[in-house]
Amino acid sequence: MHVTSPVRNPLIQGGKTYADVTEDICRQVEGPATKEWKIAFGLSLIVLAYGSVCLAWTWWEGLGVWGLNKTVGWAWDITNFVWWVGIGHAGTLISAVLLLFRQRWRMAINRSAEAMTIFSVVQAGLFPIIHMGRPWLGYWVLPIPNQFGSLWVNFNSPLLWDVFAISTYLSVSLVFWWTGLLPDFAMLRDRAVTPFTKRVYSILSFGWSGRAKDWQRFEEVSLVLAGLATPLVLSVHTIVSFDFATSVIPGWHTTIFPPYFVAGAVFSGFAMVNTLLIIMRKVSNLEAYITIQHIELMNIVIMITGSIVGVAYITELFVAWYSGVEYEQYAFLNRATGPYWWAYWSMMTCNVFSPQFMWFKKLRTSIMFSFIISIVVNIGMWFERFVIIVTSLHRDYLPSSWTMFSPTFVDIGIFIGTIGFFFVLFLLYARTFPVIAQAEVKTILKSSGDNYKKLREENKHSHHEH
Amino acid sequence: MSTNKVIHAIYNDDDVLMDAVRKTRIARHHIEEVFTPFPVHGLDKAMGLAPTRLAICAFIYGCLGLTVATTLMNYIMIQDWPQDIGGKPSFSYIQNMPAFVPVMFELTVFFAAHLMVVTFYMRSRLWPFKQAENPDVRTTDDHFLMEVAVSGNEADMVSFFQNTGAVEVKVIEKH
Repeated sequence: MHVTSPVRNPLIQGGKTYADVTEDICRQVEGPATKEWKIAFGLSLIVLAYGSVCLAWTWWEGLGVWGLNKTVGWAWDITNFVWWVGIGHAGTLISAVLLLFRQRWRMAINRSAEAMTIFSVVQAGLFPIIHMGRPWLGYWVLPIPNQFGSLWVNFNSPLLWDVFAISTYLSVSLVFWWTGLLPDFAMLRDRAVTPFTKRVYSILSFGWSGRAKDWQRFEEVSLVLAGLATPLVLSVHTIVSFDFATSVIPGWHTTIFPPYFVAGAVFSGFAMVNTLLIIMRKVSNLEAYITIQHIELMNIVIMITGSIVGVAYITELFVAWYSGVEYEQYAFLNRATGPYWWAYWSMMTCNVFSPQFMWFKKLRTSIMFSFIISIVVNIGMWFERFVIIVTSLHRDYLPSSWTMFSPTFVDIGIFIGTIGFFFVLFLLYARTFPVIAQAEVKTILKSSGDNYKKLREENKHSHHEH
Repeated sequence: MSTNKVIHAIYNDDDVLMDAVRKTRIARHHIEEVFTPFPVHGLDKAMGLAPTRLAICAFIYGCLGLTVATTLMNYIMIQDWPQDIGGKPSFSYIQNMPAFVPVMFELTVFFAAHLMVVTFYMRSRLWPFKQAENPDVRTTDDHFLMEVAVSGNEADMVSFFQNTGAVEVKVIEKH
């Protein structure tokens, strides 16, 4: 049996047995909805409804209802797109990269982190479709034979690479998540008391029976999917950064973009995981599984990736100066001191300065402080995309085209609406899905559960006495 | 005399189960199946199961994806409608390849991941509306069930499994 060192803190607290794990995870699904959940769900639905109205107005009237103009042709929609895709990086990172590195603490959080990934990539995927203005022609981005002559999509375009990257990422994340869910749905199915829930979980669990051969294949599939998902997750934001890096706009045409975007994505994704799980562990009574140590480890990842992002910002400034290219130099000077200085300095404060507090153990183990920083980080990461996109565009090559961008209520409404949609999906998930990968947690219970660790210590001491 | 009888020996601890599986194999009883609520490491080896070949499948599917991506883009961008984009004419796939690498990579991953998962679902007979086949509902919670074919003296076998630490031993007529 695998044994972890006694100096490692137990990952599962509260003296849990296998049956306790089952009980604790099923309770969220089987119990009645709490008042807080209903209020949160109602609010999210209202926000989603408002966003849908704004969206319907956009499609009815046209993209002219947005704040875009001839100079700034890309603004909130692409900012939101990149922001959501970035947030969607943490789940696969936690479930795939941490699996390859054998980090056992991922097991308590991977299910919810992956759920968050899928729901945020769904929000991200909406924006290109919304921006098409005529979403019913969305299939034009696919390489399919058609009646318009030999008109094909352009495989030299990073926007098309994005279509492939995002759809591969979304679909692979979804099957990775679902495969992991099968044994847990089977647990819910075998405990279900009403015929309806039994039927639903029976369908969802695909008839999972837990044979030794199934588990052998399950583990192999998880490992290979993790191996495939690791380069995939890095490729997604790399390709998103190509949307900018392969253009000729000063401030975008930068070779540092791929690693810088990936670090930023992990940064914002972990912040969002912290935001959601700090609430969830409290509301769903999962403190024994999602411990302070989990929060602390995520804060360390936030601190490191935030620092990488900070180095990238400073490198950009240095390279702009060192390149000797006037346009490039102006683009960065304008970011920091131009009319959008407030966006630039909000970004700097939120992304570079605020994570540095995590060097202090007292702060990174404080739940309230972690929660506040996780929100601050995501505000900062939204501003990062806004700064890159809008401040680079609003000063065109021709000074006569110089302008400012201000969003209309429709721009804002659609963005807020996707936040509502995200929370609708996440709240539904929290009530109907097993929010912790119980089968995986049970595999580490004997090596990392506090009761088993204590028992092992006691046995060791008694052996020494003999 | 052939019977359709099987013994269901139910355990409530994975370490006890592992010992029982080893003892059963040594005693030359035929283990039909073991149902567990979570992956018990080393169980497949203890039961003598052959290693899975799904990783090899994934590799083959990945190669297929790469081939599909190459064929698709070569047809679209080079053969059917070559264009001169930014002074870089599309006359040869290999010379234009850097721009095609992202899609080649994505389709390799897409094919490898999805076809492997589909193969897994087919081989392990998992799909929507498939009925579960675990004989005891506790095997998805905290119990472990070993199914062993009955051969020879039934009473001896039952006492053998009781001695392996099973919390429950049942003899079942299987159809």
